[in-house]
Amino acid sequence: MANPAVTPAPLLRMEGITKSFAGVQALDNANLVVHPAEIHAVVGQNGAGKSTLVKILNGAYRRDAGAIILDGVPVDFRTPQEAVASGVSTIYQEINLVPYRSVAENIFLGREPRRFGFINWPQINRQAREILARFDINIDVTQPLMTLNVALQQMVAIARAVSFRSRLVIMDEPTSSLDEREVATLFGVINDLKADGTSVIFITHRLDELYAVCDRVTIMRDGKSVGDQEMSEITKLELVARMLGRELGEIRRSGQTGFTEKQRPIGEPLLAANDLKRGRALQDADLRVSEGEVVGLAGLLGSGRTEVARAVFGADKIDSGEIAFRGRNEPFNSPAEAIAAGIGLCTEDRQAEGIIPQMSVRENLTLAALPVLTRHGIVDTARQREIVDRFIKRLAIRTSGPDQPIRELSGGNQQKVLLARWLCLNPKLLILDEPTRGIDVGAKAEIQSLIDELARTGLGVLMISSELEELIEGGDRVVVMREGRTVAELSRQDATQDAIIGAMVHEDKTVRDEDGVEAPAAT
Amino acid sequence: MAETAREQATAPLEAPTAAPRRWREVGQAIGAAAFLLLLLLYNVIFNADAFLSLQALRLNLTQVATIVIVGVGITLVIATGGIDLSVGSLMAISGAMAPLIFLSDWPLLSTPFIGGTLAYIIPISVAGLFGLFNGWLITAFGLQPIIATLVLFVAGRGIAQVITDGRLQSFREPDWQFVGLGRIAGIPFQAILMIAVVALAGWALRSTSFGRYILAIGGNEAAARLAGVPVKRVKLAVYAISGLLAGLAGLIVIAINSSSDANQVGLNMELDAIAAVAVGGTSLMGGKATVVGTLIGALIIQLIRFTLLTQGVSDSVARIVTAAAIIIGVLAQRRRAS
Repeated sequence: MANPAVTPAPLLRMEGITKSFAGVQALDNANLVVHPAEIHAVVGQNGAGKSTLVKILNGAYRRDAGAIILDGVPVDFRTPQEAVASGVSTIYQEINLVPYRSVAENIFLGREPRRFGFINWPQINRQAREILARFDINIDVTQPLMTLNVALQQMVAIARAVSFRSRLVIMDEPTSSLDEREVATLFGVINDLKADGTSVIFITHRLDELYAVCDRVTIMRDGKSVGDQEMSEITKLELVARMLGRELGEIRRSGQTGFTEKQRPIGEPLLAANDLKRGRALQDADLRVSEGEVVGLAGLLGSGRTEVARAVFGADKIDSGEIAFRGRNEPFNSPAEAIAAGIGLCTEDRQAEGIIPQMSVRENLTLAALPVLTRHGIVDTARQREIVDRFIKRLAIRTSGPDQPIRELSGGNQQKVLLARWLCLNPKLLILDEPTRGIDVGAKAEIQSLIDELARTGLGVLMISSELEELIEGGDRVVVMREGRTVAELSRQDATQDAIIGAMVHEDKTVRDEDGVEAPAAT
Repeated sequence: MAETAREQATAPLEAPTAAPRRWREVGQAIGAAAFLLLLLLYNVIFNADAFLSLQALRLNLTQVATIVIVGVGITLVIATGGIDLSVGSLMAISGAMAPLIFLSDWPLLSTPFIGGTLAYIIPISVAGLFGLFNGWLITAFGLQPIIATLVLFVAGRGIAQVITDGRLQSFREPDWQFVGLGRIAGIPFQAILMIAVVALAGWALRSTSFGRYILAIGGNEAAARLAGVPVKRVKLAVYAISGLLAGLAGLIVIAINSSSDANQVGLNMELDAIAAVAVGGTSLMGGKATVVGTLIGALIIQLIRFTLLTQGVSDSVARIVTAAAIIIGVLAQRRRAS
């Protein structure tokens, strides 16, 4: 860790924290040091272990190994309540309050001031008003929480956490449902907390917010803490490079992926999406994919890259914009329509949106193909088995048999089954959202070379990835998104690590490759 | 190099876990059936006087048939991750409508054939439409199934009472009452209906795309939608089927009783049927369902009650023992889930 001689005694030291879930290593020797009256950012890609780390701190999870020292005393919170009692409170992205109870009740939930054994309502309501006044919120505290909009509910949750007189407040993406004015108010409160000597752990994926409010940052990657630095000493570009596991200017070693770097023959245009807009998530996205082309889609968390894929696939309705696919000029109303037209989508989160855990490999593999495999409503099991056997062989899926439940397979083999779910339909366009995340090295290379091979046969592929090599070596073009907009489109020659990272974080709309590093605006 | 790394990573993980889990599932599937067999054996050996008579056999089959028929519908609903509380009230509605039709003085309806046929078709269709209404509340407004079907649980019996002005309707229509009183080769007709419904639903669940969609939705609705499964249509259909089967069960009940009482027909049926589903081994979380299990579950509950009652145990004690059986069945479920 950093030199202890120069730094004052830290408020919190988490050392060597290790945690695994069902054999998956979520945290591997992670460290976090927070000083008194410090606003400390924790950043990292999806799955880097940020949320797990703070959940271990606040007692929601138990650690497998490591030490937590709060104010010089080793602590071991078994529940979030214990953590709160010791001055560590947490605000989650999703609001965990009671929607039917009043605002005041929610703020004092579980610690209502009592008089003669009865809840002292006048006192509760008065104190609630005082607490909310710190946030410039003047509302009727006796109304049910559910009557407020989401942003206000979030502010109530924050007010509740702050009112515990915490020494340390953990905020896990608190701003995702707030508008700019509310974010500014929140930052005001955070600075007030700091002035009172309270420390804040702030998890966000919005880089501007980090620089606006944070003092220090811990960078996480693959369950490890890979950096602990003063905010003022690290540029946005460096920060993102560290999150992605890259050094700036590092010369790319080729051949790390299963992609061969030869130019593929590109065919007719398949997909053209223009000016896609959907709420705050998609503000202006354009996308083009042709037959036989692999288009890499890069962007940080929350950049809209998954949202653009879902919009094309008909999973989410767009507010406006044009989607044309093989001569059809209107957006798809449902995934079923998109599938019928020849599109497949492998989601980022296989567990939540990919596999049907109770079902077998066979059922999962043929789920999307059932309309084709069915005659008068009855599934043709002979053809079903034939297809399943063929794809188990072709993709080398390691399973004890087609009837093994898919949940028993390794991540890589689950992903192969999900790929086969689309490939057995002979799609024209395959959208892959993080196709190799959480997959062991061998299966990863296999999946990458499969994508390569499929593109050679004329399949168009839109590949969303956080792995720069995958984008650079696999993509014929790399499109970069930021804040719901497509901000750069790089040809194979121009798609360097620096160019992609630069486009991910840049303020400018027009990104030129050599525009170089810009000093972060530390406002 | 990559090859060996992967072999090491996956091979030892899968091999040892797969086999015992499979055996446990088989064991539990056999478990309920074995328990039923044990109950039967006990009755044959120690309770022969009460159990081994045609009359007792028919009584047991008659009592269990409506629970199973309704239970099959609820099994399909639960397989999608939902629940249907309205079935008892839908039984009351269909039971209230049928006598109004076949006892009607209208020239057309007074012909026994037309009146009798319509007295089947209309009440069952109406119950099916109410089931569709349940599905509509759930798919169009995103209501939780327990709340959406609570609407008709409460209102349905009221509707039945309004239809009949709260009067008890008695009748004697032997031909029409075949559904409740008739026998084929000595077997009560409703028991044959029950077996047919179980067989059809079991086949549909296993062999049709509709059945696979039901289980996919219950297993992971978001994933099913992204795989092109027509989630809304399947849910609508499942609640409609549950309504249709409740409508049929309502007719069986009034045919057996030769009377229709909107206050009594199908009372507490939703609870009996859900208990049978739970004991039978269908996961209440959705995604895993067995209609044969529901049949077995209903038979177990019926036989426990029958055994205790014929052994002179009071009804109240029999209820408590039945409840214990339900708890055991559900706990076995949870062990499998974890």
